Amino acid sequence: MIKLDNVSKKFMTKYALRDVNLELTNGKIIGLVGENGSGKSTTLKLIAGLIRPSQGMITINGVQAHRQIASQVSYLSELDEYYGFYNVGQTIDFFATQFPDFSRDKAEQIRSFMQLERNAKLKHLSKGNRGRLKIVLTLSRDVPVILMDEPLSGLDPMVRDSIVKSLISFIDLEKQVVLITTHEVREVEMILDEVIAIKDGQIIGHHNVDQLRAEKNMGIVEWMAEAYE
Amino acid sequence: MTDTFHSAQPIYYQLAERIHRQILRGELKPGDKLPSVREMGIQSNVNPNTVQRTYRELEGMKIVYTKRGQGTFVTEDQDILNQMRERLKQKEISQFVHGMHEMGYTDEEIESGLKAFLRRRKGEQSE
Repeated sequence: MIKLDNVSKKFMTKYALRDVNLELTNGKIIGLVGENGSGKSTTLKLIAGLIRPSQGMITINGVQAHRQIASQVSYLSELDEYYGFYNVGQTIDFFATQFPDFSRDKAEQIRSFMQLERNAKLKHLSKGNRGRLKIVLTLSRDVPVILMDEPLSGLDPMVRDSIVKSLISFIDLEKQVVLITTHEVREVEMILDEVIAIKDGQIIGHHNVDQLRAEKNMGIVEWMAEAYE
Repeated sequence: MTDTFHSAQPIYYQLAERIHRQILRGELKPGDKLPSVREMGIQSNVNPNTVQRTYRELEGMKIVYTKRGQGTFVTEDQDILNQMRERLKQKEISQFVHGMHEMGYTDEEIESGLKAFLRRRKGEQSE
């Protein structure tokens, strides 16, 4: 379980997050939605232990998030931060040396599902295939928490579909929790258990997606339109 | 291709409706095994948790049953399947009638209109 207790994050004098309280339970895929600059990436980085809160406390299964929480968390950055001189296979092998929980078997399965060639050079990969490789690397780790920052952004519909399908196929909902930030709400709506909307660093709503439909007859897009008014 | 669901109803419910229709059309026969939760999730691009919920609801309605370690199967109980067939018919009719009433048609107009429509269709098909 991920818990944010009264968390604020200030960059210089500007608040990126203010008094955020959240509880995310295992076995769910949760979407974090909001405009650019609303605090989505900051939230993910705080949970990943990459930055520290200015106030408040973040815990993952009872352990406070810090730089070494990486052993519990698999984090997909919105940036491409891989070595261009490696090929796909070498990149996977490199990741396997960095994380003891990395499963080469699973990486192979996802790689072939994504139709990536092991010997394709990274610097020659298309943007779509780089996006797919990031998924391979992120989902191959056996960790309780998976954080994905804009995994679909800027990718074509075929690639987005393959990523959504890989989430359904390779996430272990018995024991993992997945937090995804995205603008492509319609694309991920069907695979989300919960949705959290964030605006100007504050949580303005947190709902179970099917409950939202049952009680308010609204999908996420309609609900967001209302929440952001 | 990605299936589309509309946003006014819960996804688990729409998925259950879809399975109902597959049974009515005979695409799923009594005793047939449903895809596993994950397979069904991949086929319809839906969260496995949602598929799980759909299967649970169908099980509650006795339309499917689960054999431990083997999967989920369509019931072979004809009574239950007949009931389901009747229920879906009633539901479809009530939606149709509701829509017609909303547009201001009387019961008589609906009835005669429907009869005429069916007669015309029969004529077209036998030609």
